[in-house]
Amino acid sequence: MNYANVQRWNLAGGLVTLLTLFIAVIWAFPLYWGVITSLKPEDEVIRPVLEFWPEHLTFEHYITALTQTQIGIWYLNSLIVAGSVTLITVSTSMLCGYAISQLKFPGRQILWGLILASFMVPTQTLIINYFELMASFGLLNTLPGIILPQLINPVVIIVYKQFFDSVPKDFREAAVMDNATEWRIFYKVFMPMNWGITAALSIVCFIWTWNAFLWPFLAVSHSELMTVPVGITQVNDSFGISYARNLAAAVLAGLPVAVTYLIFQRRVTQAITLSAGIKG
Amino acid sequence: MIRNVSKENFIALVFVAPFIAIFGLLFVYPTIQMFITSFTDAPLIGSGKWVGLANYVRLATDAKFGLSLWNTGYFVVLSVIPGTFIALFVALGVSRLSGWTQSLVLALFFLPYILPVSVVYRIWDWVLNYQFGLAMHVLDLLDLPRVPVFKTITWFMPAVALVTIWWTAGFSFLLFLAGLRAIPAEIYEAAALDNARPWLTFRKITWPLLWPVTALVLTIQLILQLKIFDQVYLFSVGGRPNDTLVMVQYIFIKAFVNNQGGQAAAIAVSLFVIVIVISVFQFQLLRFAGGSETK
Repeated sequence: MNYANVQRWNLAGGLVTLLTLFIAVIWAFPLYWGVITSLKPEDEVIRPVLEFWPEHLTFEHYITALTQTQIGIWYLNSLIVAGSVTLITVSTSMLCGYAISQLKFPGRQILWGLILASFMVPTQTLIINYFELMASFGLLNTLPGIILPQLINPVVIIVYKQFFDSVPKDFREAAVMDNATEWRIFYKVFMPMNWGITAALSIVCFIWTWNAFLWPFLAVSHSELMTVPVGITQVNDSFGISYARNLAAAVLAGLPVAVTYLIFQRRVTQAITLSAGIKG
Repeated sequence: MIRNVSKENFIALVFVAPFIAIFGLLFVYPTIQMFITSFTDAPLIGSGKWVGLANYVRLATDAKFGLSLWNTGYFVVLSVIPGTFIALFVALGVSRLSGWTQSLVLALFFLPYILPVSVVYRIWDWVLNYQFGLAMHVLDLLDLPRVPVFKTITWFMPAVALVTIWWTAGFSFLLFLAGLRAIPAEIYEAAALDNARPWLTFRKITWPLLWPVTALVLTIQLILQLKIFDQVYLFSVGGRPNDTLVMVQYIFIKAFVNNQGGQAAAIAVSLFVIVIVISVFQFQLLRFAGGSETK
């Protein structure tokens, strides 16, 4: 690179960088605004002037949200639902993805084709029949009723199958030579290799389920069975509209996933790119 | 040997059984049921009489169905294309950064995507609030009249599209970033040696090499946004839900409000077919793009 060239790059590049930083600030501003509003006393919230920092910082709305609403129990519901969906989806998908990739059995191609096809199906269109099915099981207004229809997540099995496909054949052959049982080969050879992917998939599966709205919204009508995202929008307290309190509840609802993301940033981005079919 | 084969089959069965049980019961069965329901006059729960194509014939003349189709398409156009290009631009900018600035900007862009829709709804309902909203102060500043965004039909869809772009662009952005990282640095070094201008470098190298990712992002977003419900539903409460209806919302209303499962299923099948057709088309397109771009 000659000097003039470097300079030209720097000028154009510098502008792009500046604009990127500017957009980033604008992008994050609504988040900041939501959080900061939730920390203002009600009278400051509805002042006609913009104040970017509260005059009196207060946690009263958080205390109200935590003590006057059922958010505690919604947290518990969300935790149970997201935890169960993640555990069941990841474990069954891992086993099945392994079998499709590494074992020979009749119907393997058909099963794989069906799974790939199911990836395209919009599950939103199945809500009527999910509702009917859960009603026939007597599971409406129960946590299992929220959990079951959310177990369909073909992305997870597709990522696992592709991962197992990429493992060199030698691993399996060596283990077979050693007379290891199929279960042992899976458990001792293949599973330890994919902890990274399992962790990444589990984290995003948990986040996706935690955030799910449509089905949890339809499956329960009793407020004590709602998940956090449904509860904070469907249950209005009797004190009238309080923007700050609503925002405090929203911050509380988003906090677990936001923190999870910030802790496991790399894993989350890896899983998201993998789920779109791009090698991360 | 025969014993071995059957033993292997048995082991495979053990591995796949849990998944197949879930998949069959909670995916294949409801999907088939959806088609069957669409040919009946069933209520939401319980079975109905076979009515043949009556539900579909009715849709052809149903103004609300037409409206929901139109609104869904309108929303897709408003959200997918601008969202993709914002994500691309930001990815280009972020890929130039390094170290902690890159991590920080990446996190800022990606954070909204990780949030539940209700949180996104609460934040934007507040930002665009007619009386106290941040955006209204901006309008005042520009000497423009305030608008009750979610109660005005003209502004409803653009506003929901804006919120959706803000919410989901982080996902597209991440894919673009991965795509940019996959472009070998040597190509850029060669271009720099040839004194290529930045814009030319982008047009001749980055854009064509990134095209498979762009096509992927566009189609993922397209399919995702066709299935819009959550934001439209939440923002339309207290607004004019009849005029801002989208397809999934119409399924919801027909089934869960009007208790007409059969008619709702016919709408569901329509959306199902639209999404599948686009997915198949997209798959062919991507295969074509992938085939022509990788050497």
